[in-house]
Amino acid sequence: MSEPIPDLAPAPDPSFDGADHRWLRHNRIDLALHRVAVGSDPSFRPLLLLHGLGERTPETLPGSIHWPGPVYGLDFTGHGDSTIPVGGGYTSEILVGDVDAALEVLGQVTILGRGLGAYIGLLIAAARPAQIVGVVLADGPGLVGGGIHPGSPSVAFPAPWATAIPDPFALLELSRDVRPPDYAQNYVRFVIERSGLEKALMVAAVTRPEWLAAVAAEPGVGQAPVEEALRFFAEHADTA
Amino acid sequence: MALSVAEWGDENAPPVLFAHGGFDFAETLNRFAPMLADGGHRVVAWDQRGHGDSAWAHLYSWEADLRDAAAVLSTLPDGQLPFIGHSKGGSLMMYLANVAPHRVSALINLDGLPSGNNMPDVSERERTRMQRDEMDAWLAHRRGLSGRQRRPGTLEELAARRGRMNPRMSMEWLRYLVTVGAREESDGWRWKLDPTMRMGGFGPWRPEWSMLRLPGLGAPVMGVLGLELETMGWGTRPADVLPYLPPGARLETLEGVGHFVHIEQPRVVADLILDFIS
Repeated sequence: MSEPIPDLAPAPDPSFDGADHRWLRHNRIDLALHRVAVGSDPSFRPLLLLHGLGERTPETLPGSIHWPGPVYGLDFTGHGDSTIPVGGGYTSEILVGDVDAALEVLGQVTILGRGLGAYIGLLIAAARPAQIVGVVLADGPGLVGGGIHPGSPSVAFPAPWATAIPDPFALLELSRDVRPPDYAQNYVRFVIERSGLEKALMVAAVTRPEWLAAVAAEPGVGQAPVEEALRFFAEHADTA
Repeated sequence: MALSVAEWGDENAPPVLFAHGGFDFAETLNRFAPMLADGGHRVVAWDQRGHGDSAWAHLYSWEADLRDAAAVLSTLPDGQLPFIGHSKGGSLMMYLANVAPHRVSALINLDGLPSGNNMPDVSERERTRMQRDEMDAWLAHRRGLSGRQRRPGTLEELAARRGRMNPRMSMEWLRYLVTVGAREESDGWRWKLDPTMRMGGFGPWRPEWSMLRLPGLGAPVMGVLGLELETMGWGTRPADVLPYLPPGARLETLEGVGHFVHIEQPRVVADLILDFIS
């Protein structure tokens, strides 16, 4: 099942060898990129796991996830082993930059995103279509976001007794992230336009907030449970 | 998050809270704020995160700026006070007035009402392409950030660079800004502004989302618009603002004045404000 990784992607970074994680720098944040599984075919395109809001990369591969190649997971800013910033300031755009840092190291990947990670997966796929061979959008924390337009502005300060990880500012700010359906649809179109796949996005989530219902309704977007969606992307080589 | 707060006037005088614009800093008020102080006010302004003498942050966002503003407000004595803001700071204060209607006695917005005018008549197709270009530019920016520093220069060079953003300011004023907004290091002067900050990002934000914070305000509102359009401004014209003004609001327009109304015409703007809040 192996396939060569095309030249358009940077070569996988050999410095990963031997370690189960490595650090990536995104401005002032150190991001933890974990190797969750080596895979039966180490030369196969990696699967990148993007966790949900408040989660972290799982230590071992959940039994429901089958992938022939290596599996990596990125801890977003303020989550897991990554730096906890001072004083919040989270946006989805920042997290898209987090994933971009991982792509610099991993080359071409398929993405499985849970909740918030599914939304971020859509955005990064639109930005780096040559590097991303399929995104599976799965249920998870932070899937809904903050609705289709902003609510009444309010200011909250995390409780002093809140735990430090995940950063309470992240939980607060990233659950209010506004996601208009037409905005999400534009990203779908960017992905479809530049993808060689019959389906470049697969919606596995049962929960369908407005942005995700709009995504699922676009031509070129498939719908399948996680296992089936991963099988689809594993069996389809990038034709770009 | 350490925020630097500047004050002018008698500490027992009734306070007013002022928010500076993007890529400005509190000390740009060193000529304007004393006029409000002489009018009997304690003027409190803070450097927004990444600006002036406040700390450089890990992350920047509108919500974080708003929370910083609320933190500064929480240090002032209980009761209502005027909120004043210029440009981005004007918009920020409009949000703060929504967040804390019980704290605001009047809202004064100095050329800080965003309109869609910097994106006039673009087709849907064009807008979509812009969305992708903005994202590409954003990611290119994020990839280039590690270890980024501001370019050093002589005091004159920094003043000239800022002059390109502020073409209507005198060289004398720009040179003065360098002495308060930059610091001198072994290889020259550098602006204190966080070199990793950037104007705009990509995201779903739409100008009308801000404007819709205006009609529901209960406190008296005054908007001041400079009618000379320039790069740092938002190109907002009176007709863009009028439909959103709450009942009884005042809109003052200044002919021949650019975006930095309070810097170009400090006396005129201070008098408008003192008259409005008296």
